[in-house]
Parts: sequence; structure tokens; C-alpha cells
Amino acid sequence: MSGLRIYVPGDAAAVAVGADEIAVAFKAAAPRNGTAIDIVRNGSRGLHWLEPMVEVATSAGRIAYGPVTAADAATVLKAALANGGDHPLRLGDPEEIPFLKNQTRLTFARCGIIDPRSLDDYRAHGGYKGLARALQMQAAAVVEEITQSGLRGRGGAGFPTGIKWKTAADTAADQKYIVCNADEGDSGTFADRMIMEGDPFVLIEGMTIAGIAVGATKGCVYIRSEYPHAIAVLDDAIAAARKGRMLGTRVAGSPHAFDLEVRVGAGAYVCGEETALLDSLEGKRGMVRAKPPLPAHKGLFGKPTVINNVLSLATVPVILEKGAAFYRDFGMGKSRGTMPIQLAGNVKYPGLYETAFGVTLGELVEDIGGGTASGRPVRAVQVGGPLGAYFPRSLFNVPFDYEAFAKADGLIGHGGIVVFDDTVDMAKQARFAMEFCAIESCGKCTPCRVGSTRGVEVIDRIIANRDRAANTALLEDLCNTMKFGSLCALGGFTPYPVMSALTHFPEDFGAPPRLAAAE
Amino acid sequence: MSSYAPWDIESARAIIAEKQSMPGALLPILHALQEEFGYIDREAEPVIADILNLSRAEVHGVLTFYHDFRQKPAARHVLKLCRAESCQARGSEALAAHAAARLRIAFGGTTADGSVTLEPVYCLGLCSVSPAAMLDGRVVARLDERKLDTLLAKAGR
Ligand SMILES: Cc1cc2nc3c(=O)[nH]c(=O)nc-3n(C[C@H](O)[C@H](O)[C@H](O)COP(=O)(O)O)c2cc1C
Ligand code: SF4
Ligand code: FES
Ligand code: FES
Repeated sequence: MSGLRIYVPGDAAAVAVGADEIAVAFKAAAPRNGTAIDIVRNGSRGLHWLEPMVEVATSAGRIAYGPVTAADAATVLKAALANGGDHPLRLGDPEEIPFLKNQTRLTFARCGIIDPRSLDDYRAHGGYKGLARALQMQAAAVVEEITQSGLRGRGGAGFPTGIKWKTAADTAADQKYIVCNADEGDSGTFADRMIMEGDPFVLIEGMTIAGIAVGATKGCVYIRSEYPHAIAVLDDAIAAARKGRMLGTRVAGSPHAFDLEVRVGAGAYVCGEETALLDSLEGKRGMVRAKPPLPAHKGLFGKPTVINNVLSLATVPVILEKGAAFYRDFGMGKSRGTMPIQLAGNVKYPGLYETAFGVTLGELVEDIGGGTASGRPVRAVQVGGPLGAYFPRSLFNVPFDYEAFAKADGLIGHGGIVVFDDTVDMAKQARFAMEFCAIESCGKCTPCRVGSTRGVEVIDRIIANRDRAANTALLEDLCNTMKFGSLCALGGFTPYPVMSALTHFPEDFGAPPRLAAAE
Repeated sequence: MSSYAPWDIESARAIIAEKQSMPGALLPILHALQEEFGYIDREAEPVIADILNLSRAEVHGVLTFYHDFRQKPAARHVLKLCRAESCQARGSEALAAHAAARLRIAFGGTTADGSVTLEPVYCLGLCSVSPAAMLDGRVVARLDERKLDTLLAKAGR
């Protein structure tokens, strides 16, 4: 730990565009420069068009360079070693880059800054202050703090987290569980992955607080198998937390016991649905369970279980540290606090943008995202993953808020935004939504299992210009049946992308375009 | 390239026994078997059923429910190409057609020489650097035809 600190992200998105090769090149080149360097594999700051973005700790703070290729590694290292000196790829202080500077980072406060595997680094940046405060409070007061903060589930449904915790807390049992839903199956989303890879202790701390609040001593993080980097970092962080006595029989020297384990999914989208996830954890097929009973009453192995998304749990520490009012003061309407929004698809500035609820879709896509990467006009934007609606530009004034999106026949889901330019064929996108539902259906209900397959066939007929009017009416009917006859949101919400495509982009289905006046 | 041990029921039995007492042990067992052998042989099903006190049908049901688990040995290389929306917005469908044409197989298939299995994947969480893929567990992104060709060349195609 004596050398100059150089940060090369170990985040999977950075690794996928060459970060590992750069770390290797830096290590090889360092002796030639006569300076000892200490490479930290940090998480990503979330400015993904600049990845791999490396940083050097200088006397004037951190200086970033990016996007660095292996070919640039030698010259970038030389510049970095000269106290963050000049280079064509020099970006200066990363926190002054407008994309980052204009964010409100509460959940992502440390991501990309610290060494994700270092408990000391986590503490040095304010970590475990939330737990310290929680340990001085009554368990019921901790639950009340979460309720008062207005935090709603970030996994998609937006259910108030405090109410869920209270239900589990009020249910007596010899064993309770905290389950973290890290299945993150929604396309266009990667915030859970970034937290687990960039600041895993914040998730561990959040789960520990949840355990103490509801009286659970065991926790389990269900991570999708597509996330090997997140699994590795979280495993290491759990081991470090155990070693530092922040997990185990006496958490932080308190009388509370809490421990955690990681379980790996096996490539089934439906296992992100909370009851299917519980079945999967029990070693079964991931079939959706009918509710009631609620997981908070009868969850994992029949015991009271709090199941929350990664972001919900990772936001708990800052709420405990700064208080419910601090968090609640951000946002609009019934959407309190901040949302880590993920910009993806055909967008100039893709990445993670955490901001208070209330920002409009247009601001996100055009101003913050910079429009398309292709330079062509934006035509459609899918918000909320494969079950989310497609929005046309005419709806860009909708504010990012659970209720406003619901009113516009959409959902914010897990906060993913996928941008498409004017080359997109919306009939094909609608077809894909049905096809995806058919591939991933758990098979329990007919509208979902059979309806989605029929949906693909009907859209194929519309595309092939066979009986268009009749088949379009049939598609609408089918969507209604799925919407009202499905047990879970896979079958129930697939109509969102399908119907929004049909409603806003009828010309792609061979119908006359919507009148401009209607927009 | 991933190298797997040849199927061996005795070492499979040891892997199963090691994990049998975990609560909800079936998925961890299947993962461990696939990690060791690259797939899960039919022969494992009655053994797992016996050790976990389940019916063979239950074990088979779980094995076939999850997209990850393979019942036949995989090729030397597995290329998982993302075909979900963010990657679609950046041209993944053209890339998918290119890969299939170059390998002369459909998705789900394995090349005649057993070198590459081509599989779809629905999001790798790399949507900000779409299009993305995973080759033998290693992530690659901002793919284009040239980059994909280089990858396939490395896999011997
Ligand atoms: C098909 C389907 C897939 C889902 N996938 C996820 C997921 O990957 N991650 C997640 O947190 N929630 C997912 N959910 C929502 C969960 O069922 C549940 O609402 C959530 O885990 C609750 O946590 P929260 O209140 O913190 O959001 C999914 C729901 C459905 C119907
Ligand atoms: S809607 Fe689909 S995924 Fe959901 S329970 Fe029914 S069959 Fe399963
Ligand atoms: S706590 Fe995760 S399965 Fe036991
Ligand atoms: S949609 Fe391809 S990585 Fe997410």
C-alpha cells in the first residue's frame, strides 16, 4: 500500500470493454516508470461511455482519464504518474463532469470511489454509521424510520418498504429471513450489479439493519448467474465483514446475530418474482406462488421473510444515518428520495444517473443522455424492463414518478431506460415482448403460457399483412385476457410493451399513424 | 476455453454428498456438477433424488426448468450473445444473424466440430455498453462484427 493509487474499475461493464487488460498493462509498465503503483479495482462511477475510465490519486484529488484502450495504457500511465498530467484522454476531476456533478447520489454515494473489497475503506467513507445508529434504537423505531422515509421497493412494484418490514416484525417465529433479490433480470438495468461490484458493504449493512429491525438472524442474497463479478465481490465482502465481526453471532459487538450467504440463480427470468425466487432458494422449480400467504408471514422455508431488491436494501443505511426526513425531502408526490436511473440502448451518454424523483423522461433522454448514440432522432423509449411500456417523444413530459408513469400506462420498474432511434420497428419490439414472455413463463397460468405464444402468432399475421384489422382486434383482446387473468406481472404486464407499441406507433402495424393533434 | 472433467458418477456422488445438508441444496448441487463436468448427466438424477430424498421426477423437473443447466456436454466454447432490448437497440439482431451464419448453426446449436455452442442470453447487465456477450464466462461488450469475428477466431472458428 505504498505506491501511488491508481483506480482501474473492476465493474463488469468496464471489464467487458477492456479494463482487465489495462490493469495488466499498467502493472507491466510501472517498473519502467520507476514508480511503485497500487492498483485499486474500484467499482464504476457510472459514466459508461467513458469506460474504461481510470483515475489517479494526486495531491489535488482524483484525476480521470478515459475511455482508455490497451494501446493508450503506457502514455496514460506516464501522464497519471506526473501528478495527473496532460493527455488527450485526460478528463480532469471526475466529480466535475456534469453527468456526475448534477446527480444526487445517496444510494450510490461511494460507488466507484472506494475499494469495494476493503472494510476499512468503506468505514473511512461513512460506512456502518447507519447500523451504529440503528443499534442505539428500538427495533420498532428502526422500522418506523424506514416507513417515515417514504422508501418504496426499487425492484419494480414500488411497495412501501417500511410496511413490509412491519408485517414481518409483527409475525412471531423461531426463525425469520432477510432475502435480497439480486436477480436483476430486466433488460436495460444494471444498478444492482453496480452496487454489488462497487459498494457491496452497503448492501450487507442494509440487510443487517433489516435483520435487526424485524428480528431475523439469517440473510440470503439471490444473485443471477449472469453476474459472476458481482458474486465474487459480494462473497469477498461477506468474508471481510465476518472477519471484521460485522457479521456473525455478535454483530459489531452488539447482542444481535446476523449472517449472510450468496445463492446463485440459474437463468430463469421469472425467479426475480419474489415467490418464485423463494421456491428457487428452496431448491425447487421457480413457480410463482399465489398470495396470500405473504412472504412476510410465510416465506422462505415457511418462515416470515422480508424480500427486498438490492437498491431498496442498499438505501437503508443512508436513511438510518441521516434520518427519515433527510431522505423524504427529495422527490415528488408519493415517490420520495432518489432513484438510481439506468440509461441504456441507443443513447449517447449511457450509464447510471441517480437523481430525485420528478425529473422528466425528456430531460433524462435528451439532456442527460444526450439523445441517441447513432445521431439519428429518438423514436421510442422503453422504461422499466421487458414488461415496461414504450414511450413516444410526445410523452417526454412525464415526470419520473411511480404514479405519473402509471397514469401514462407505463411503469418505472427498476429504473431502466432503453432508447431506440428511428430505425426501430415497433411491431418487431411488440413481437419480442410476447416471445420473451413465452420463453420465460413459469407455466402456471394459461393466459401467460398459452397467450404469449398465441400473441407471437397474431403479431406475425399482422406483420405479414393478413387480416390486419381482425388480428389487431384479436391482439388487443389477448392482451386484456393476459392483463387480468395472470397470476404475476410476467403475464400481467407483457401487455404494456405490446399495447404501448400498438397505441403509439400504429403505423408500424400497418395502420394509419396517430394524428399529430392527438399527441 | 473451459476444460471439464469427464463424467464420473463416483466423483459426482462426492460432490452431491458434500452439499446435501445445505437447506435447499438442489440448485447448488446442480451448479457444482455443471461446473465440474460442463453438464449434468442423466445418471446423476437418481443419485441426487436418493440422497436428497426426492422423486426422480422432481429432480428432472428442476433440471429442465432452468435455462442454465445442460443435459449434454457443451462445446469447448460457449458463446452467449445478448438478445434483449438494449442490445437490440444497438444492433444485436444483425450481430446474431452474423454469428449464426458464420458458425452455420442456429441459436442453441453446436458447430459440427464441437468447438462452439451458440446460446441466446436475455441481458447481461451490460446494457450501457451494448451489444454484449459472454464467451466462456468472460464478458465482452461494444461488440461489432469485427470484434465478434476476433472472438470466434480465438475460439477456433
Ligand atoms: C416476472 C417478474 C420478475 C421480477 N424480477 C425482479 C428482479 O429481478 N429483481 C427484483 O428486485 N424484483 C423483481 N421482481 C419484483 C419482485 O417480485 C418483488 O416485488 C421485489 O423483489 C420486492 O422487493 P422491493 O419491494 O424491494 O422492490 C419481479 C417480478 C416479476 C413479476
Ligand atoms: S403470469 Fe406467467 S410467469 Fe406469472 S405465474 Fe402465471 S404463468 Fe407463471
Ligand atoms: S439463508 Fe439462504 S438458503 Fe438458508
Ligand atoms: S440488454 Fe443486453 S446486456 Fe442488457
